[in-house]
Amino acid sequence: MGKTLAEKIFETHLIDMPFPDTWVLKLDAVFCHEITTPIAIDDLERRGMDRVFDPARIKAVIDHVSPAKDSKTAEQGATLRRWARRQNIVDFFDIGRNGVCHALFPEKGYVRPGYALVMGDSHTCTHGAFGAFAAGVGTTDIEIAVLKGVCAFRRPGTIRLNLEGLPRPGVFPKDLILKAISVLGVGGATAKVLEFRGPAVDAMSMEGRMTLCNMAVEAGATSGVCMPDATTVDYLWPFIGPEGEKLYATKAEALADYARWRSDEDAAYDATYSIDCASVEPLATVGYKPDQVMPAAQLSGVAVDQVYIGSCTNGRIEDLRAAAAVLAGKRIAPRVRGIVSPATPAVYAQALREGIIQTFLDAGFCVTNPTCGACLGMSNGVLASGEICASTTNRNFNGRMGKGGMIHLMSPATAAATAVAGHITPAL
Amino acid sequence: MKTLGGPLLFLDRDDINTDEIIPARYLNEDSREALGPFCFEDLSLRGFDRAADLSGKGAVISRANFGCGSSREHAPWALEANGINIVVAESFARIFRQNMFNCGMVAVELPKATIAEVFERFSGAPADLVFDAEHRTLRFAARDGGNQLTVPFVLGDFEMAMVRAGGWVQFAADRY
Ligand code: SF4
Repeated sequence: MGKTLAEKIFETHLIDMPFPDTWVLKLDAVFCHEITTPIAIDDLERRGMDRVFDPARIKAVIDHVSPAKDSKTAEQGATLRRWARRQNIVDFFDIGRNGVCHALFPEKGYVRPGYALVMGDSHTCTHGAFGAFAAGVGTTDIEIAVLKGVCAFRRPGTIRLNLEGLPRPGVFPKDLILKAISVLGVGGATAKVLEFRGPAVDAMSMEGRMTLCNMAVEAGATSGVCMPDATTVDYLWPFIGPEGEKLYATKAEALADYARWRSDEDAAYDATYSIDCASVEPLATVGYKPDQVMPAAQLSGVAVDQVYIGSCTNGRIEDLRAAAAVLAGKRIAPRVRGIVSPATPAVYAQALREGIIQTFLDAGFCVTNPTCGACLGMSNGVLASGEICASTTNRNFNGRMGKGGMIHLMSPATAAATAVAGHITPAL
Repeated sequence: MKTLGGPLLFLDRDDINTDEIIPARYLNEDSREALGPFCFEDLSLRGFDRAADLSGKGAVISRANFGCGSSREHAPWALEANGINIVVAESFARIFRQNMFNCGMVAVELPKATIAEVFERFSGAPADLVFDAEHRTLRFAARDGGNQLTVPFVLGDFEMAMVRAGGWVQFAADRY
């Protein structure tokens, strides 16, 4: 019997099994941000254990509220900043160099096939796009992860999701994952690994795969995963090739090595689902749960107050390109507030070079610095009660972007078309 | 080990998420205790009156997929700040469940039919939950004395070890 990618990672990273089915894994990387880490840092200090297992394996960023919006968020940033200095965490990203964690860390080459990694953030599942096991965990798990470099899990089963065929023009990875969540339900993959397979994934860029894996947790999954392939190698090449860490002389060599992390053909899955991508339309959510979706074309009665383009789901360069292609030469509806937050400085710079930022400005969008911002309703675009936001983020929970606000999740292209129309509409 | 159980808060809905337990706008608080006043501020549940229903409670019972969404351990902390350290439900989101045990708190799954029976027999009037670690049972009891139900629960060795140790830091700090 063959093994899944997740099984291979669990077996190679196991360092202790204190109880049956308690797998304590050795971690290749621990990611930290300023919302969930400071209380762990304070706790370690209080316990007289203010140490880290390996500063080079810890990456930290201030991203959720940046720049700080008030004294409390300033203190959170300060706690993380002081800790990073004290513990010699070199890969610490403060304002000017910071970006949304799940966009920034992959861009820096910190995620590799076969890794086991954790972060105090549920959308850590994003990093599984590289063929890694990447789990969101709470503050206590982060505390032990930074101190000891380990984390405990039950061994997860894997659900295989075949994305058959190819999506039509105007249909994006966001639409495919919304469709998948609507099929699985918000608890349908709880505590499982969600493995994305099939021609649509093979044809997808790393950015698209990250969008898929990002929302795996919205079906309850611990990690999304994609199989490492030539696209993965191309993306990582600046870091792993002769210009980087010199791990491989040729791409073929890297590809052959990474192949050991692909699920075996005869691996056993807990369940298998298939989606015919050619039949998926541009979608949008309609309730307070990400599994409640409808074709965007049927939602023209929903007028929106704000359109938000950004986040770890859809704030990457391809997302901005897709939105800008829709916005080119147009202006957003007068009553709509448009906000775009490029997810990282590199995305921002690339968008500037390509004229995309100008397109957003000409259309009437506000362009913010890279940050989570409005996505979690802490800053940069909080909704008032009764307001409706078309958003490229990943969660439409009640109150998520502001108390009493309503969120409709959709792709960047659909969000851009919605901004122009003033009500929900697909781009094509 | 923490004392577990107490007056029951009935939350009759599936998929109660972490943003409902503690909204993100309060994640800038720098202590666990400070979260208390904001617990369930955004809960969308017909008839739920925060001020009246939350006060004095020691346990929560809910339906499927409780705690879905964010990884924020602020959710268990916000419950604990209100005196609640045990949640009973049909099922839990993985991270929330893990966070509960990591804090030395308890998340117990009971079969759908048992949860339904508890809602049917006990909700609407004051009732208490007793967590009996030794006999691995949960006892539901109406405050007026008449109605009682004792059901067995199953927790893994890891979970029981977390409850006994008071959480994952206490367990892992010496071991690894
Ligand atoms: S962009 Fe939103 S979902 Fe992503 S890490 Fe930031 S707050 Fe979380």
